[in-house]
Amino acid sequence: MANQEISGIVMKYPQERRFALAAMQDMQRALSYIPREGLELLAEHLQCPMAELYSMATFYKALSLRPRGKHIIKLCNGTACHIRGSVNLRKCVSEILGIEAGETTPDGLFTLEIVNCLGACASSPVILIDDIFYGDVTAEQVPEILSAYCEKETI
Amino acid sequence: MKTVYVCCGTNCLAAGAKKVLSELRQECAGMEAEVLPRIKETGCSGFCEYGPIVTIADEGENDITYYRVKESDAAEIAQKTIAKGELIPRLCFHKDRNQPVASKMENPFYSSQKKIALRNVGLIDPADLQDYLARGGYEGLKRALELGSEGVLEEMRLSGLRGRGGAGFPTAAKWETGAKQKEFPKYIVCNGDEGDPGAFMDGSIMEGDPHSVIEGMLIAAIAVGSEQGFLYIRDEYVHARRSIGKALEEAKKAGFLGRNILNSGFSFDAEIVRGGGAFVCGEGSALLESIEGKVGEPRHKPPRTSEVGLWRKPTVTNNVETLANVPFILAKGGKAFAQIGTEGSKGTKVFAMVGKVKRTGLVEVPMGITLHDLIFEIGGGIKNGRQFKAVQTGGPSGGCIPQSMLDLQVDFDNLTKFGAMMGSGGMIVMDDTSCMVEVARYYVDFLCEESCGKCTPCREGLRQMRHILTEICEGRGQDGDLETLERIARTMKDTALCALGRTAANPVLSTIRYFREEYNAHIHDKFCPAGVCSKLSVFKIDPETCVGCGLCSTLCPAKAVIGEAKHPYRIDPQRCTTCGSCRNKCPKKAIITERRGENGSKD
Ligand SMILES: Cc1cc2nc3c(=O)[nH]c(=O)nc-3n(C[C@H](O)[C@H](O)[C@H](O)COP(=O)(O)O)c2cc1C
Ligand code: FES
Ligand code: FES
Repeated sequence: MANQEISGIVMKYPQERRFALAAMQDMQRALSYIPREGLELLAEHLQCPMAELYSMATFYKALSLRPRGKHIIKLCNGTACHIRGSVNLRKCVSEILGIEAGETTPDGLFTLEIVNCLGACASSPVILIDDIFYGDVTAEQVPEILSAYCEKETI
Repeated sequence: MKTVYVCCGTNCLAAGAKKVLSELRQECAGMEAEVLPRIKETGCSGFCEYGPIVTIADEGENDITYYRVKESDAAEIAQKTIAKGELIPRLCFHKDRNQPVASKMENPFYSSQKKIALRNVGLIDPADLQDYLARGGYEGLKRALELGSEGVLEEMRLSGLRGRGGAGFPTAAKWETGAKQKEFPKYIVCNGDEGDPGAFMDGSIMEGDPHSVIEGMLIAAIAVGSEQGFLYIRDEYVHARRSIGKALEEAKKAGFLGRNILNSGFSFDAEIVRGGGAFVCGEGSALLESIEGKVGEPRHKPPRTSEVGLWRKPTVTNNVETLANVPFILAKGGKAFAQIGTEGSKGTKVFAMVGKVKRTGLVEVPMGITLHDLIFEIGGGIKNGRQFKAVQTGGPSGGCIPQSMLDLQVDFDNLTKFGAMMGSGGMIVMDDTSCMVEVARYYVDFLCEESCGKCTPCREGLRQMRHILTEICEGRGQDGDLETLERIARTMKDTALCALGRTAANPVLSTIRYFREEYNAHIHDKFCPAGVCSKLSVFKIDPETCVGCGLCSTLCPAKAVIGEAKHPYRIDPQRCTTCGSCRNKCPKKAIITERRGENGSKD
């Protein structure tokens, strides 16, 4: 199934190197990561060394070689959010979920990412979970926000 | 017929603008034909702190603008303001307590702004090409087609426009170099990577007025002789990508893009490239590497990318805001543009004013405005009645400017002279609860993560600086640290491969220059006067000022506040993490900062 999906994504693009990033972004979106088979197939399709695609996958923050969680928590640490206390939120999220930045909870529910500016600085500090913005967040509110995403009672 | 504009910029969306919009639509649906308004979704109206924003405009110049509108206000707005033109003072901006202002232009946040790059943002529906055309859209393109390459270059020279992406390079000169190249094809690239944390003007322009960027690219293409363009848009900017994508389609349908544009014989097409989420890709040559489908590492210069760029062909790269200025210059003339601004910096600049300022938002002002006017007149001063401490401009390669220099006139050259930078126009206002050493460490940490690692001075220099700054923040600073920092900074400036490394030390150098005592307090007295570095400071409640309201004790996430209502509270220094929750909200400003002693307690 996954393999079919991968080849569907790869074959959609012309055999030109410039589509490497776009194809990998599509894989990322569809599978939540770039599997090894994906890199192999793309390298063959674009006729380029797999190592080069691998280095792209590790260079670009939008790409990941390990599966990401079901919900992506983007905690903004842009300057505006930083000086309005995003550090406290980070501590709080890490404590509750038991993961650090870049990690995924063992149950695969959450991935925590620290990002730079989500373009909503007026509401800083900001947390973006999937597509939903939470603005002017205080450490107090964090447990409540997260619990809405927990399918099981994990908190 | 009245028009209702509902701001659907990122901030207003986060504050619930969509709900307000749909509620207003419903309320208006059953109205009589003569009062039935047009309802439009617009891009960011600028005054984000007060969103969601709704403007009701008549056919003339009059408008009524409401702020912090809630879903539940929709019915009243429809019945009173839309149907009868009545004002609802509660929803207006108030100059002072009993003085509501109706029109946007009477609001001090807007009244001293001058909008060129943002001329349409917030006033048109970005998805509707007709809106853009009604406000003079694509007139600049028509004029450019008449003038041809040399004529366009002449207008650009007259305008004196300098790049808004950071370096302030004269746009005309860049285009001329591109035009001179004999190699084909040539490319036009729009840099919409906007990596500067705390800046969102390029995103807002792409979201709120996408055609102005496309028109700017078209005009650049005429000047340079290019037929293909790329818009590199930051990964996080979902709305911006959608908006530009839609606009490209519309422009193609209407014959502004594609083959034989407006029967002129000139052809140009453009496509979107989605960024991969790496700050360094905003750098001109790294961006081209990324478009080529590679790791986004900067190239050696020379040659300039305008000579040898994308696939080794001449490539002119401009920033979003730069391009958004171009249609205005062509339509109104370079001279009209040059009348605004200062000797060396013409026109206006958009700033994202954020941080501890009262009225956070996007502002566009003539070059040469003083920092004081920006922050205090337009921005309304500092939040929560605290003290201004510094303003950081220019993003991670910029600098911090202290109180004593608030009269500085903002333009490219002035900011550089004083150790800061225009950068992309991020302006982060800080109050006395920000620690300048920690701010420097924040930027160095940011750049350390974002440095591509290709050249040694940048990769290792940043690592060392981060180490030293962390030591200082955690109480292990030593004599000579500042000198070491300065030496590393000099080396990086002289030897790094790209501008990221060459400017990376600016935040450190500017804070050492203007806030040396604060560094010394950390290094010698092991004290963080701002109460940010938790290893060096601890909060205390001043028993004289405390009225015992108990707010702090409910807010404290570390449960460090002890006491009972109506009596002065106390803070347990062992537990206090100086997170600042109590200090931010204390109505009496009773929270003071003290030095943390050896055993975690105060001395
Ligand atoms: C590390 C680094 C990051 C940059 N990021 C951006 C950016 O996000 N957006 C941008 O327009 N320019 C950015 N620039 C500036 C570009 O290199 C380039 O000068 C600019 O896009 C040229 O357009 P302009 O002449 O219209 O300003 C960056 C430069 C450096 C060194
Ligand atoms: S800094 Fe966090 S949204 Fe801009
Ligand atoms: S998003 Fe509405 S004012 Fe900025």
